[in-house]
Amino acid sequence: MTKTELAPKLKLFEVQAPDIAAKSQPGQFIMILAHKKSERIPITLAGYDRQKGTVSFVFNEVGKTTKELGLLGEGGTIKSITGPLGNPSEIKNFGNVLCVGGGVFIAPLLLQVKALRKAGNKVTTVIGARIKDLLIYEDELKALSDKFYVATDDGSKGYKGLDFLKEILEREHFDRCLTMGPVVMMKNVCEITSPLNIQTVVTLTSIMIDGMGMCGVCRVTVGGKMFFTCVDGPEFDGHQVDFEGLINRQRLFLPEERLSSVLWELGGCNCGRK
Amino acid sequence: MAENKPKPKVKKNEVQMPKQDPKVRGKNFDEVALGYTKEQVLEEANRCLQCVKPKCIPGCPVEIDIPAFVKLLREEKYAEAAAELKTKNALPAVCGRVCPQEEQCQKECIVGKIGDPVSVGRLERYLADWERERGFVISNKAPSTGKKIAVIGAGPAGLTVAAELAKLGHGVVIFESLHLPGGVLMYGIPEFRLPKSIVQAEVDYIKKLGVELREGYLIGRTHTIPELLNNDFDAVFIGTGAGLPKFMGIPGEELGGVYSASEFLIRVNLMKAYAFPEYDTPIRIGKHVVVIGGGNVAMDSARSALRLGAEEVCIVYRRSRDELPARAEEVENAEEEGIICKFLASPKRFIGGEKGWVKAMECICMELGPPDASGRRRPIPIKGSEFTMDTDTVIIAVGRTANPIIQRTTKGLEATKWGTIVTDENGKTSIDGVYAGGDIVTGEATVISAMGAGKKAARAIHKYLMKKK
Ligand SMILES: Cc1cc2nc3c(=O)[nH]c(=O)nc-3n(C[C@H](O)[C@H](O)[C@H](O)COP(=O)(O)OP(=O)(O)OC[C@H]3O[C@@H](n4cnc5c(N)ncnc54)[C@H](O)[C@@H]3O)c2cc1C
Ligand SMILES: Cc1cc2nc3c(=O)[nH]c(=O)nc-3n(C[C@H](O)[C@H](O)[C@H](O)COP(=O)(O)OP(=O)(O)OC[C@H]3O[C@@H](n4cnc5c(N)ncnc54)[C@H](O)[C@@H]3O)c2cc1C
Ligand code: SF4
Ligand code: SF4
Ligand code: FES
Repeated sequence: MTKTELAPKLKLFEVQAPDIAAKSQPGQFIMILAHKKSERIPITLAGYDRQKGTVSFVFNEVGKTTKELGLLGEGGTIKSITGPLGNPSEIKNFGNVLCVGGGVFIAPLLLQVKALRKAGNKVTTVIGARIKDLLIYEDELKALSDKFYVATDDGSKGYKGLDFLKEILEREHFDRCLTMGPVVMMKNVCEITSPLNIQTVVTLTSIMIDGMGMCGVCRVTVGGKMFFTCVDGPEFDGHQVDFEGLINRQRLFLPEERLSSVLWELGGCNCGRK
Repeated sequence: MAENKPKPKVKKNEVQMPKQDPKVRGKNFDEVALGYTKEQVLEEANRCLQCVKPKCIPGCPVEIDIPAFVKLLREEKYAEAAAELKTKNALPAVCGRVCPQEEQCQKECIVGKIGDPVSVGRLERYLADWERERGFVISNKAPSTGKKIAVIGAGPAGLTVAAELAKLGHGVVIFESLHLPGGVLMYGIPEFRLPKSIVQAEVDYIKKLGVELREGYLIGRTHTIPELLNNDFDAVFIGTGAGLPKFMGIPGEELGGVYSASEFLIRVNLMKAYAFPEYDTPIRIGKHVVVIGGGNVAMDSARSALRLGAEEVCIVYRRSRDELPARAEEVENAEEEGIICKFLASPKRFIGGEKGWVKAMECICMELGPPDASGRRRPIPIKGSEFTMDTDTVIIAVGRTANPIIQRTTKGLEATKWGTIVTDENGKTSIDGVYAGGDIVTGEATVISAMGAGKKAARAIHKYLMKKK
């Protein structure tokens, strides 16, 4: 395993997993179990190298599991990785595509942009983050895209917020929009594209346990019907998604997650970890 | 050792199994049934009449020679008795605990005509535990055939196929999608009914037979069946189980605090949420837990919820007590522990409160009409009988259907409209060299029937491979 720190708390891992690498496609994810007592967490693929037999992913250290994962050193091992999971993205020549990525999801977006370009699309890329220090893969995406824009929540770089998207969409016709990032950001993008009737694909990040259709915790409402994000998604038609429901379900275990994170940081739970 | 000789007169009553006190066990995840002592096991074994035409054997889906192992047991030849079991059943410690014996081997036992049937399952459990505590002896294996079989799913069906084929000298690789083997034994049936260390030990025994286990491989995604057949393997067995949870399609199922039984049990068993925060996966249990359903899964969920600290656990079932599909013994255990059953009621919707968390459930009362296709009397809603009950945790245990990933990704594999895989009586599917068995073929059934199917399929696969050359 190799490890790179891309930005504060954003880490890129490249791990040996030849069987997973052989089958990976853009839009899919893996389930990671860091050690015996960990949670299983889903992470989107940010890359794969079939020759080297590796897959790579970028994660944000937000809670106990991801912080622990971040502590793994070069050459370390993850207890178990399962994948590739979920349906691959639909990649074909749509024409003119708008890609909007936020935060840690800029990494998997890069994979999508590459594939969309290869399929012959014209691609406009927008990346955003809370502050400028958290922007990743700026140069790579700029080089790959026909047009490229940056936005931050605080305006420390590029546009402030995503409202400028409206202007872009007024100037130019898009055949498809693809967005991956924090749920609130995807929701905003959908609110902008919906009146213009631009087909918009979102990558949903519901809570998951198994990631293969066995528990139902990842259920979401899309177009009034229940779907399991892990096997029916993770990509859905953004204009049909019940975002409020998703946001509510993502917060279900907030108190426990905080407790777990705080205890871990205090180092006080004495549970005999390695 | 005169007392071990068969007694001329049989005692009518079975030797009771020692159990943890209900008040104590309702607060821990330790095993409820404690197992016989040596004296108790011999006394129970002596109740067997050693029938010439035993009625018990046909009741066992893997056809264990029950009088034979019981005879060895009462001669105190424990190792031989355990070996006799192992010739037919690779997972005796599991079956001795969770088989619905009252419907199987014990149903037709001749002693049952005058009193309680011989407690075959408890004898089996004793021997399996005796053997495990002393370390397994690996039986002789046939010489290698050079053939290789891929087994998909490490549940009871897959493990049985793997053990049988390995003993016949074939190379076997099990692909399991989760990070631990065992299937429902690991992620579904709770620790207090089937300790996970026992499952682990029985799986280790199968590994010692030379079976290779690859965890974290979701077949259909990581590899497909055609890829397995084209690359390394001469045959494939599908034992992927019925892991897809059913919901009811009523309003409010998306609320917080509404779990599918699968989610709830996976959190508690596989991820050990009962030991949060030592283990990282959380679970939240409220004060008033409602479990919907009446099968083993509902009982297991209710009893787990109680152990996680619920003040009150209520099972809501749409038929009456007589139709409860759960094992009688488990219903009795649940009631002893203080679990309440509300019969003839069915939920209509869940009502949300603060922060999108469930706070109540609206139900409707039912009455029983004529029998339906399942042979049980059909529940019919009584108009205007709606009532609400307060609840902060709902566990939906209304059944599970076939795992769909393989069917969706394997061209030419015939499936029914319920998603189960179609096979002949030996487990052969519509694709040459591909076999299937267990819950993925029958829909939700039992551990031992999955093992029985695995056994048949193993025989058929062996024939197929030896003919193929
Ligand atoms: C399909 C999918 C793809 C994802 N891809 C990425 C990625 O590429 N990079 C990345 O950094 N993150 C990704 N995530 C989010 C990532 O899984 C969570 O950040 C991670 O689980 C947090 O775990 P934690 O213990 O560190 O934090 P916690 O403190 O446990 O949780 C922080 C927040 O993460 C979410 N979360 C917690 N547990 C889970 C869980 N089991 N499954 C899903 N979400 C959970 C919750 O919304 C929670 O509020 C993805 C999620 C999904 C569903
Ligand atoms: C809570 C509960 C309690 C029960 N109690 C009892 C009881 O007391 N007595 C009894 O006899 N029966 C009981 N049952 C039923 C019994 O457990 C099942 O009938 C039995 O486990 C079925 O075995 P199986 O091998 O067909 O499938 P499973 O045990 O479901 O195993 C299937 C395995 O395949 C894996 N898998 C699925 N898809 C894939 C894939 N694509 N690639 C790789 N691996 C895959 C799964 O992860 C799983 O490990 C209970 C079931 C539940 C849920
Ligand atoms: S395996 Fe099950 S059915 Fe067969 S003898 Fe043992 S307990 Fe009875
Ligand atoms: S039927 Fe009963 S008494 Fe007869 S051999 Fe079987 S277990 Fe013993
Ligand atoms: S994560 Fe369990 S069903 Fe999707």
